[in-house]
Amino acid sequence: MAERAAAPGARKGFSLPQVPKILVYGVGFVPAVWLFYQGINDRLGADPMRYLEQALGLWALRFLIATLAITPLRQLFAVNLLRYRRALGLLAFYYALLHLLTYLVLDQGLDLAAIGADIVKRPYITIGMATFVILVPLALTSTNAAIRRMGGQAWARLHRLVYVAAIGAVLHFILVVKSWPPEPLVYAAIVTGLLGYRLVHSLGRKAAPRRRPA
Amino acid sequence: AAPLSASKSSFSTDEKLTSREDVTSYNNYYEFGVDKSDPAENAGTLKTSPWTIKIDGLVGKPQEIGIEDLIKSSALEERIYRMRCVEGWSMVIPWVGFPLADLVKRVEPLGSAKYAAFETANRPSEMPGLRSIFPVLDWPYREGLRLDEAMHPLTILAVGLYGETLPNQNGAPIRLVVPWKYGFKGIKSITRISFVEKQPETAWNKQAPNEYGFYANVNPHVDHPRWSQATERRIGEGGLFVKRRPTLMFNGYAEQVAGLYSGMDLRKFY
Repeated sequence: MAERAAAPGARKGFSLPQVPKILVYGVGFVPAVWLFYQGINDRLGADPMRYLEQALGLWALRFLIATLAITPLRQLFAVNLLRYRRALGLLAFYYALLHLLTYLVLDQGLDLAAIGADIVKRPYITIGMATFVILVPLALTSTNAAIRRMGGQAWARLHRLVYVAAIGAVLHFILVVKSWPPEPLVYAAIVTGLLGYRLVHSLGRKAAPRRRPA
Repeated sequence: AAPLSASKSSFSTDEKLTSREDVTSYNNYYEFGVDKSDPAENAGTLKTSPWTIKIDGLVGKPQEIGIEDLIKSSALEERIYRMRCVEGWSMVIPWVGFPLADLVKRVEPLGSAKYAAFETANRPSEMPGLRSIFPVLDWPYREGLRLDEAMHPLTILAVGLYGETLPNQNGAPIRLVVPWKYGFKGIKSITRISFVEKQPETAWNKQAPNEYGFYANVNPHVDHPRWSQATERRIGEGGLFVKRRPTLMFNGYAEQVAGLYSGMDLRKFY
């Protein structure tokens, strides 16, 4: 979300058949609907609340990764999916919200004392909560009107917080598991790759500012 | 799973049993994968027959015992115990087994034996988790008990559940059950029990000593560093809308076992 939304005259590159953005939301919410449907029908295994909680969190991370993949896809492979980035980012936010609500309501039963103690005492909850808090202003300023009001540069600066959110999300995942199972490490590697790419790319740009077309 | 006949025990709880389906499909057995559903899917490859347990160390009668002989020569009881996982969930499981004390007496530990050390089978060809490039634990899985804990009448070696021999995912053919301790103390598929003088190394304690102590007694007042232990979710109770219940000191077995730890600071010896 760090870059300006589709600048006029930007390199179009390889163009995929365009689908309506509403379809991205439609498909994006399929896992949530499917999970709730299975949950209501008692088909999420022995510990359905925990399964739902974890699955929603994982989908939030996946959509966050999809959002971060848009820029490298465009720059490295000339695949331009920029017009879907807002939808993917918002899906990450909605899944994070559902994940949080599952924790607050189904897991903790809105026991505010227990939730407060968790946030203060447990690093993985502290980090998870902070990650969600970071996503809130990004979701609130996701409209065209907000971009106009803030101005492109300020908007882009604010939306660089998505990098912090991605780091927070994988840390939250790694800290919650016992030992070092492969899955959270794989997600951490993907996020490291996506953020590392940006770092290398921006350093390269600073070193040779006029090399690539605007 | 073959049927086992067992007598009732006064140590059993009359709480509602967790369903057989849940007990046999929701397992932590990292030798077969780290997801709860992995053991039920993958543990079929473990060959549980023939099976012998080697008993060695500071004992008068070191020996290797075949599992069939051990079952035949033991008075099997049904023990319905609460099982509290360190992760904050619990079950009520009808085990079939016999007191570990019966076996300990048979091998005649020497006066110098202070602890019992247990080992799980170490068979990469039958256990996919042991073939992983990034091992999640220092295999083989190891556990230990102080000798008085091992001799306590609540401590059993289980060879079955729900009236039948153990499914592989639950630790076939023989596993430890110590109902007042977190579930990870209940080492599965035991191949060796050694009697030793010094407190033995245990798998989880080695992995994260600040999180998993040697004693691992269920204690609502001592939190795991990463989560509270004050409450637990009973598996199979309420589906998505499960209500947490308070965790009891020593998992509700305080009356029988608190004496084992009198004078010990349980915050230090967690």
